[in-house]
Amino acid sequence: MKILVTIKRVVDYNVRVRVKSDGSGVETDGVKMSINPFDEIALEEALRIKERGEAEEVVVVSIGGPEVQQQLRTGLAMGADRAIHVETDQPVQPLTAARVFLKLAETEQPGIVFMGKQAIDDDCNQTGQMLAALWGRPQATFASKVELADGKATVTREVDAGLEINEVDLPAVMTSDLRLNEPRFVKLPDIMKAKRKPLETKALSDLGIEPAADLVATAFEPPPKRGGGKMVGSVAELVTELKNKGLL
Amino acid sequence: MARILIIGEHDGQTLNPATAKTVRGAAGLGVDDLDVVLFGTELADVAAQAAALAGVSRVLTVTGEDFAHPLAARIAPEIAAMAGDYSHILTGSTTLGKDLLPRAAALIGVNQVSDIMEVIDARTFKRPIYAGNAIVTVQVPEGGPVVGTIRTASFSAASEGGSAEIVAVDAQADDPGHTRFVRMEGGNSDGPDLNSADIVVSGGRALGSADNFAVIYSLAKKLNAAVGASRAAVDAGYVPNELQVGQTGKIIAPDLYFAIGISGAIQHLTGIKDAGTIVAINKDAEAPIFEIADIGLVGDLFQIVPELEQAL
Repeated sequence: MKILVTIKRVVDYNVRVRVKSDGSGVETDGVKMSINPFDEIALEEALRIKERGEAEEVVVVSIGGPEVQQQLRTGLAMGADRAIHVETDQPVQPLTAARVFLKLAETEQPGIVFMGKQAIDDDCNQTGQMLAALWGRPQATFASKVELADGKATVTREVDAGLEINEVDLPAVMTSDLRLNEPRFVKLPDIMKAKRKPLETKALSDLGIEPAADLVATAFEPPPKRGGGKMVGSVAELVTELKNKGLL
Repeated sequence: MARILIIGEHDGQTLNPATAKTVRGAAGLGVDDLDVVLFGTELADVAAQAAALAGVSRVLTVTGEDFAHPLAARIAPEIAAMAGDYSHILTGSTTLGKDLLPRAAALIGVNQVSDIMEVIDARTFKRPIYAGNAIVTVQVPEGGPVVGTIRTASFSAASEGGSAEIVAVDAQADDPGHTRFVRMEGGNSDGPDLNSADIVVSGGRALGSADNFAVIYSLAKKLNAAVGASRAAVDAGYVPNELQVGQTGKIIAPDLYFAIGISGAIQHLTGIKDAGTIVAINKDAEAPIFEIADIGLVGDLFQIVPELEQAL
């Protein structure tokens, strides 16, 4: 079985993102870029499945400009076997991304497409579900545990009410939640080895995909600030404050 | 002309408060008709609750064994089949809504607006990005319905007093059979629901162990509050995952929120910034939580929390 893992290049999660003063976007010049953390977890899970002998090949794929090859190389250094770069100079929204991944799923025939549950830049949480819909296959979103047997997967999903366990037939789309695993650190020899692994580039325009009508962002603003309140010195003062506010 | 379809969420007995909040969220669209559709095996009780929400025109019930558990793969084709009659298709931004609606949006062939926090006009919305560090205004292009999830913490529940017609409709798609519900684990807490509780008491890493969380549960019980936790406390195994409050957990808006032994990482603050009053108790006076708390108290939580419980 082959596992396809999608990787998005995003502003590193440690960067405190700021809205540009003219409201035209967020400041991304010169900030550190990384693999979307949820995608890194998805890749780690795919690698563990392969290391258990339940998959033969792990392929990482990313959509974007030439710069996304950095993140694909990181994926190869983590242990992926090869990479596919779908090149475009335009930002891609979830439905178009899902149509790209559908094309790749049709040609690569993976048993699992493993994705992050959401990207930490646009926070959409859509692309995996959309791919599953277009592919006509199951989706197991927000996964915190994955077990494979007999062409099926038993997936534990983090939902509002607790943990929901679903069984899905393969092939299927899975999206990772935070507690699925802790991704490995990349070692220097692996980075060197990754430079020799195959990385194939395809132009998005050559895939024959109908681009979806995108949402149009018209303004960006910082979130409304909560002003700091008052400090109290004792439990008695705290209780008085809460009573004054009519909360107790 | 806004003709709105809201996918209702329920457990067979009670309509999820997310549905009433979604109805309220839709009010800004200039509503002509607002239908709530429910999928399940036994819908009489929850349909009556949905019909009582002010602003609802009709409650559509789709009944069948296939719908014993809400599986996106089963329900999304039903939504897509109904989509032609509506200008807007909405549901709450719960884990069910997040799982289901993008699958329906892809079948309809449109992008989705996730986590709508403000309605500007019928096709223009504000939503948070970058874990709430920025708010973007987005316009939905013409050529298809608006499909979106409503960020429930941004809206109060629709009031009661409605008397909508309840209409049974037939399922239009077949069960694809490839996705099966096995079982639920956890979620057996006896207190109020974290998503909708008026008061929430949350503990963080400073609690130090699952046993020590007893002081949080005890205070919560006294206040008839729900218990929450920071991601650090969940990752450390002190409490189950469904108690996590924050960007990757639950985003909540209680009237009163206690952050106890929580430093206030941005991803946690994203989950509570719509709370009415935030009380922070932390031994570190420099903790970021104090920058947004309405009332702060510096000190040892293991002394303060039992003392507070006594004083109530």
